[in-house]
Amino acid sequence: MRRLLAVLLENEAGALSRVIGLFAQRNYNIESLTVAPTEDRTLSRLTLLTEGDDEKIEQVTKHLNRLIEVVKVNDLTEGAHIERELMLIKVRAEGNGHREELYRTCRIFRGTVVDVTPDSYTVQLTGPTKKLLAFMRAIGETSILEVVRTGVSGIGRGDKILEL
Amino acid sequence: MTEMLSGGEILIRALQDEGVEQIFGYPGGAALHIYDAIFKQQKVEHILVRHEQAATHMADGYARATGNPGVVLVTSGPGATNAITGIATAYMDSIPMIVISAQVPHEVIGTDAFQETDMIGISRPIVKHSFIVKTAKEIPWLVKQAFYIAKSGRPGPIVIDIPKDTTDPNELFEYSYPESVSLRSYKPALKGHSGQIRKAAVALLKAKRPIIYAGGGVVQGAAEDELVAVARLTGFPVTNTLMGLGSFPGNDPQFVGMLGMHGTFESNNAMHHADLILAVGARFDDRVTNNPAKFCPGATIIHIDVDPASISKVITADIPIVGPAKPVLAELHASLQAELANHPFDKSSLEAWWKRIGQWRDAHGLDHDQRRRKSESGQLLPQQVIQAVYRATRGEAFVTSDVGQHQMFAAQYYKFGRGRQWINSGGLGTMGFGLPAAMGVQFAVPDATVVCVTGEGSFMMNMQELSTCMQYALPIKIVNLNNQALGMVKQWQDMQYGGRYSHSTYRDALPDFDQLLRSFGHHSFTARTLDELDAVVDEAFSDELKDKLVFINAYVDPDEHVYPMLVRGGALEDMVLSKGVA
Repeated sequence: MRRLLAVLLENEAGALSRVIGLFAQRNYNIESLTVAPTEDRTLSRLTLLTEGDDEKIEQVTKHLNRLIEVVKVNDLTEGAHIERELMLIKVRAEGNGHREELYRTCRIFRGTVVDVTPDSYTVQLTGPTKKLLAFMRAIGETSILEVVRTGVSGIGRGDKILEL
Repeated sequence: MTEMLSGGEILIRALQDEGVEQIFGYPGGAALHIYDAIFKQQKVEHILVRHEQAATHMADGYARATGNPGVVLVTSGPGATNAITGIATAYMDSIPMIVISAQVPHEVIGTDAFQETDMIGISRPIVKHSFIVKTAKEIPWLVKQAFYIAKSGRPGPIVIDIPKDTTDPNELFEYSYPESVSLRSYKPALKGHSGQIRKAAVALLKAKRPIIYAGGGVVQGAAEDELVAVARLTGFPVTNTLMGLGSFPGNDPQFVGMLGMHGTFESNNAMHHADLILAVGARFDDRVTNNPAKFCPGATIIHIDVDPASISKVITADIPIVGPAKPVLAELHASLQAELANHPFDKSSLEAWWKRIGQWRDAHGLDHDQRRRKSESGQLLPQQVIQAVYRATRGEAFVTSDVGQHQMFAAQYYKFGRGRQWINSGGLGTMGFGLPAAMGVQFAVPDATVVCVTGEGSFMMNMQELSTCMQYALPIKIVNLNNQALGMVKQWQDMQYGGRYSHSTYRDALPDFDQLLRSFGHHSFTARTLDELDAVVDEAFSDELKDKLVFINAYVDPDEHVYPMLVRGGALEDMVLSKGVA
């Protein structure tokens, strides 16, 4: 089962390596990981995508909580939440017809062309992971030159807040 | 008046303020500023070891005997890496320890400088937490946090990595030591959940075939009295893990012995057939559960542990209680007394249960008079040696051990009467632990009788410390069960590899231990028969040799196996009881 964990941790050197080390040590998998400081500079927030059943996620959560620098852990997939990922994708864009079609597809997906050359477009796209994958399918594998994705960031819906 | 101190002085001063009396260490380039600060003061005594691994085991033994963190000081690079095995040993057994590793100066970190190694990175998976010092000013705060984290919650080792520039004798800083510490991200449980404890009490009262399964957490949490109180009130049988031995008196009629891989027939059977297991400060280690899928099929499991991550990790708990053993057991006792008013124990079921345990005990319990036994070869049996030592020390000695058959014989046949008396590397299984651990105990409790039960294989892994023993006149009694082989490896090779002794013997390459010991100024005796053993043990533990290190080299039957032994992949009731009989 796909799980999205939100983790608040002390914004200190080495804290992130402990989180990553924990996953490696305990043989847990990290699908994606995003991390940056929050509005409180002393805290970083991680969104971590992993796989596991209830038992495994309970263990992951307990072990994360055991790390001294981890302040809070929340399994976002337990409740209503919003997930977003940003993708920068460089695609081959040659010939008027092809360039037109790419541009149209890009607009359908609410993407933005952020760089243009005579042979390529670089498109910026945000959304849930599914949307990014759908875009890649829509333009076709052969058009893709380079893909960079940030990994998923997540936040609970409504009044639910992950705070100290 | 504010004091102005250098970083090195601040470190040692902080240790003084933390109440540290002894540190175990070995100097080297990056640590020299710190060593100079040690030289200039009297309060903290530095013990010079011969190998950094031994320093960590000494600090570990010190911590296990006293409950206070042991402190280690090593230099960068090889000094730090040599300490790793000891840190991992402490981590696996949840022992509070502070390891101060010197580091190359900040400006050369990352350049592959001489004796540089990423100690924080290398030690990360085996520490409770670690710090690298950025400036001398933060040293008091880091030391304060380190001790707090090491001791509280589930204890563990902490590494403080100190780059040389932060200990510069020419840079002075104001010194003050923080009085208290509070961390927003670290709040260990101080008591258990009352609702859960009440639920546990009700379950205990309903039990027909209960057993109390107590581990190292009872010793670490100083909850021995509370454990005894709960056992007395309930009348339930008590089993101990290897790490928990001593937390319940070994010669108490309610004690059914150790459980697990080499546990007693009665305790493993009682666990398997129990309808209720009260686990306290134990973590359902694989050496205890055997095959988790077949573990205690009919039991309701109450699990008390200070570390939430230990609960339901291997075996799912029906009633989990997160909290330190002492307050939780005390509250459980009170709760039981309150509930007893309207719900008495099921006396008749408990009587029937004890009768069954008695039958198991009579059928295949440990023979506590091993002197009647004769080995096929006519040689001494290792169990006879342990019993002789038990007699000579009246069961009161601190006993450390190394790892292997001798460790299991000591665990089975020395009946420990109190927590902290039995000191061994249970989780990591570190050969070479016994001697330095015994040294740490002797430093911590100078007047105590400290026995190191070892085998010649383990002993040779850290025997350089005989020199340290000479320097500090440590009167340890070393009992070497010499079977001229790696006994436990050999036993497995007997049982699972058709007796093919792949690299488990070195019979022709052993030193003359008597000469070896004497060359360090110690006493050494050899025993080959029961009569010799009696004479040697009496002499070793006599008043005349009270202040001397004595080594007993007991040649024991090399073909003896440790039994019972769990059948691989089986349940707890599946045991091999003697050679060739499954």
